[in-house]
Amino acid sequence: MTLNRRHFLGATAAGAAALSAPMVMGGSHSKPRVVVVGGGAGGATAARYINKDSGGEIDVTLIEPTRRYYTCFFSNLYIGGFQEMEDLGHGYGNLASQGVNVVHDWAVGIDRDAKTVALAGGGSVPYDKLILSPGIDFVDGSVPGWDLSAQNAMPHAYKAGSQTELLKAQIMAMPEGGTFAMIAPPNPYRCPPGPYERISMVAHALKANNPTAKILVVDPKPKFSKQGLFEEGWNNHYGGMIERIGPDFGGENFTVDPAAMTVDIDGSVENVDVCNVIPAMKAGRICEMAGITDGNWAPVNAADMSSKMDADIHVLGDASAQGDMPKSGFSANSQAKVCANAVRGALTGSRVFPAKFSNTCWSLIDTDDGVKVGATYEATDEKIAKVDGFISQTGEDAALRKATYEESLGWYSGITADMLG
Amino acid sequence: MKHLKFSLLAAMVWALPAMAADDFGNAENGAEIFDECSGCHELGQGAENGIGPHLNGIFGRKAAGIDGFTYSESLTRAGNDGLVWDLEKLGYYIENPQIFASGTRMSYDGLEDPQERADLLAFLRIYSDNPQNIPEAAPTAIAAALEVRLPPDILEIQGDSEYGEYLSSECLTCHRADGAAEGIPSITFWPEEDFVIAMHAYKRKLRPHPVMQMMAGRLNNEEIAALAAYFAELEE
Repeated sequence: MTLNRRHFLGATAAGAAALSAPMVMGGSHSKPRVVVVGGGAGGATAARYINKDSGGEIDVTLIEPTRRYYTCFFSNLYIGGFQEMEDLGHGYGNLASQGVNVVHDWAVGIDRDAKTVALAGGGSVPYDKLILSPGIDFVDGSVPGWDLSAQNAMPHAYKAGSQTELLKAQIMAMPEGGTFAMIAPPNPYRCPPGPYERISMVAHALKANNPTAKILVVDPKPKFSKQGLFEEGWNNHYGGMIERIGPDFGGENFTVDPAAMTVDIDGSVENVDVCNVIPAMKAGRICEMAGITDGNWAPVNAADMSSKMDADIHVLGDASAQGDMPKSGFSANSQAKVCANAVRGALTGSRVFPAKFSNTCWSLIDTDDGVKVGATYEATDEKIAKVDGFISQTGEDAALRKATYEESLGWYSGITADMLG
Repeated sequence: MKHLKFSLLAAMVWALPAMAADDFGNAENGAEIFDECSGCHELGQGAENGIGPHLNGIFGRKAAGIDGFTYSESLTRAGNDGLVWDLEKLGYYIENPQIFASGTRMSYDGLEDPQERADLLAFLRIYSDNPQNIPEAAPTAIAAALEVRLPPDILEIQGDSEYGEYLSSECLTCHRADGAAEGIPSITFWPEEDFVIAMHAYKRKLRPHPVMQMMAGRLNNEEIAALAAYFAELEE
């Protein structure tokens, strides 16, 4: 449906302006309405670009429960002591003053026939196009012995904010020579290098404060993102501190006991002082409520990020099943711009350009030792497909690694300004 | 025989009658050309940094590689990204300094004549530690050097700035729209031509940065012109 309409408008460029919003819209409301659920890297970017680029022709509402958004990207650097939590927090004041209607509430239901989003605080918001960018939720039962009620004893810290602060406080309070354990997640999950950057940052903090402490990574995956770079860095900076147990040594056969603070790995019980449980992930629950998921994720069309189940709903970022892009803030931001261009075109007849996607993930291993991996992508009929990519090399000189880290600081400043104005 | 073949090929590429004995340039002629450089660059025994860095051992040196000399941010970045001066790269840089560093402090328009570049490089080579390790220019390298300046038809493309605005959103994930530059350089308020030259240098992998090589690598000539037009309009 969307595709037909978009193509129709695109094919008749002259007529497109004449058609404009009211005809597409119908009804009494004068402007087309876009509702965005989730104010992270995908949702905030989409809201900002549609609002900015439509020059007031589209009503944009952003529904986001928190008033202050803490970026998940760079939250590992808080654990390592390289960032203050306060500097990772961002408000929505700029978006609001630029004209986005920012509603701080939970979206608790979607009526796809009536085209409305129900709010926890009561009432509902109508939409012509709905953009869901809710991030991740956890798969119940994926870590035997753990559920959300145990997240204080064994934090996930995979949504940034109080969980991250809790995990850091526990690390700093570890007894001398104690053990930090991580249950690493199975694929696919948010931020592929994230757990391993976190291990690096935990090691950095412990090396300074508790150098005889041990780090144990229980990992169900045979290999992981930037593995060669991380293992080289761990060897260079934290020799002997980090032990990773992969599936060949029982890393996929584990249970945890948050009350006893133990981890059972393939029948061998370890006492641990801190346990960071990162469960298996799925699309933010609102996607399930909308009925647009297939398995754990919401499948989308690559050209415009529209749901394969509903042409008037688009899904961005971690929650989407799109193909080759990793689940990252950079990816969500990139997808949001393609989506914003397509949504605006569908609603106002503005020009729609070909989808171009890109991603780069920086990770910090130790002070001034930054690495990165990235790729470009394009839309095919089946999926978002990788075009070209690169990765930092092992053995790079210190000046390049420092420049890479400084570049990541520049990116942080760039993407947060790009999302939130 | 092999040597003769090389000379013939090179002569064809350069459209010059004969090659000097040292294969890729005449150092004596190069010494005369260097007079133009010597106001800023010292060379030879006891050479020190002046307005520009001394050029002893320039072959094999990392770009912006002399400790204590204050280079432009652009050239420092290129060095950190992995730019090392070899025969080919020095040839490009002498032809058009903007290729590697849009903000280079070297106020020099470039040396257009390939024979003069080759002569100058032959002269500079004498002052590198291990001249015997410096590869002789392959004919392909010389041919590439001839093309390092963008042809006028690429520079003259009128960019579609509306398309450029859409494409620019991809740049703005990292580069700040307000021109702030911390860790990542500013790309706003550039002269259009500088922007086009820089993007093509990344696209052709002359400039070393892997993210930029990748991003520029999939942009065609029209898309680069569109971006340049959009960022130029921002200035107004």
